[in-house]
Amino acid sequence: MSELRFTEDHEWLRAEADGSVTVGITAFAQNALGDVVYVQLPELQQYAKGAEASTVESVKAASGVYMPLDGEVVEVNGQLEDSPELVNEDPLGDGWFFRFIPADAGAVAQLLDQDAYDRLIKANADA
Amino acid sequence: MSTEPLLKTPLHALHLELGARMVPFAGYDMPVQYPLGVMKEHLHTREQAGLFDVSHMGQIRLRGANAAKALESLVPVDIIDLPVGMQRYAMFTNQQGGILDDLMVANLGDGELFLVVNAACKDQDLAHLRQHIGDQCEIEPLFEERALLALQGPAAVKVLERLAPQVAKMTFMQFAPVQLLGEDCYVSRSGYTGEDGYEISVPADQAETLARRLLDEPEVAAIGLGARDSLRLEAGLCLYGHDMNSTTTPVEASLLWAVSKARRADGTRAGGFPGAARVFAQEQEGVARKRVGLLPQERTPVREGAEIVDEAGEVIGQVCSGGFGPTLGAPVAMGYLDSARSALDSQVWAIVRGKRVPMKVSRMPFVAQRYYRG
Repeated sequence: MSELRFTEDHEWLRAEADGSVTVGITAFAQNALGDVVYVQLPELQQYAKGAEASTVESVKAASGVYMPLDGEVVEVNGQLEDSPELVNEDPLGDGWFFRFIPADAGAVAQLLDQDAYDRLIKANADA
Repeated sequence: MSTEPLLKTPLHALHLELGARMVPFAGYDMPVQYPLGVMKEHLHTREQAGLFDVSHMGQIRLRGANAAKALESLVPVDIIDLPVGMQRYAMFTNQQGGILDDLMVANLGDGELFLVVNAACKDQDLAHLRQHIGDQCEIEPLFEERALLALQGPAAVKVLERLAPQVAKMTFMQFAPVQLLGEDCYVSRSGYTGEDGYEISVPADQAETLARRLLDEPEVAAIGLGARDSLRLEAGLCLYGHDMNSTTTPVEASLLWAVSKARRADGTRAGGFPGAARVFAQEQEGVARKRVGLLPQERTPVREGAEIVDEAGEVIGQVCSGGFGPTLGAPVAMGYLDSARSALDSQVWAIVRGKRVPMKVSRMPFVAQRYYRG
């Protein structure tokens, strides 16, 4: 398992050995959302960076999960359909959302690393 | 957005100490949830007892021999024959029969009535009362003087009777002055969750002491506005400004049950409230749209504002409240629907993010009410 990368929208990405990239939302994000009751997963298709690929519904509200990079979604976590609470219980593990093949394989490494993401969270908390 | 500083209830510091997530609500900085989270707070209330700070709501005392008669001129509800020690649900109507606010009215005896109105409407309600009946009775707002706590859930009685044994004998909608920790409180056996429980009006400077005492009881957890909303939605109870407003009448809002017999067209004190003619006409002739319960048939929550369509895609209504019902384990909603399409079990669809979500018109409450009727 390689190290995680992050977006400013509080998604995490992990480059897998097969060239796909797994996407989920961070512990910070699931905590801010509260109890997740439904996840609308993406279609297996191309999405542009920034497109709302998925929607996560907490008890309180619906929030978009955005495509972190241009790419094609190749797999979704079907477990979330019956057990959306996995997003709260194990956001970095069983609560993953989808896998995609990035158009530019090198783009993942350009995203925030753990230190940079931690600084972002801290800056948010201090704001 | 308003830039006015947010108001604080007397329990504000306690909410922060308990780790609440605070949000602006009706001009107040209020707890939407505590560390337990909305889902567990909701379930805890249905299983044991939840303590809610509802001090943002407006408490108003009316006093005078004519207070009941005066108030009847503003609500389609029997206040004159409301027994001493009882509370009743009512609403202020406008000249078109639209609902200006909904409220609880209790009769304290000796010409005293005790009103609880919505936070967002309380200044407007006070002005409305003063304008129309200010010359007929004394109107005393208790917005600063008194806090309001709700203790809700099947264990509420067990908890509160430790402080005042007499509350166990009260039945649903009874209202009584009760000493709690030596303080003069008003206790009603009612609430906004569908569960048995109490609402407690307490002097503002004693609210925190009482709240801490109740939270010390093993059955009690602090519950935020998030769970308050999902609890009331499962119980089929209306939220003012969402499920009814000044453009919806009691008939359209499916609240005709709250219009007292005595005040109806064939009643002993028929009419005499604003908009009576329109309400009576609607009662006779029916309405074009009305509020119904809706059960989405998929796991997608259907939220306020979603359009409701028929099989042809024709818009036939709109969702007014919706979310996830933790006790039901499924999404729940209410909406205004063309009356012709509003029969129980009718199949309709909501549009959520451009997709159709099938829903069934359903009986409310979605979760059985468990009031204590003796």
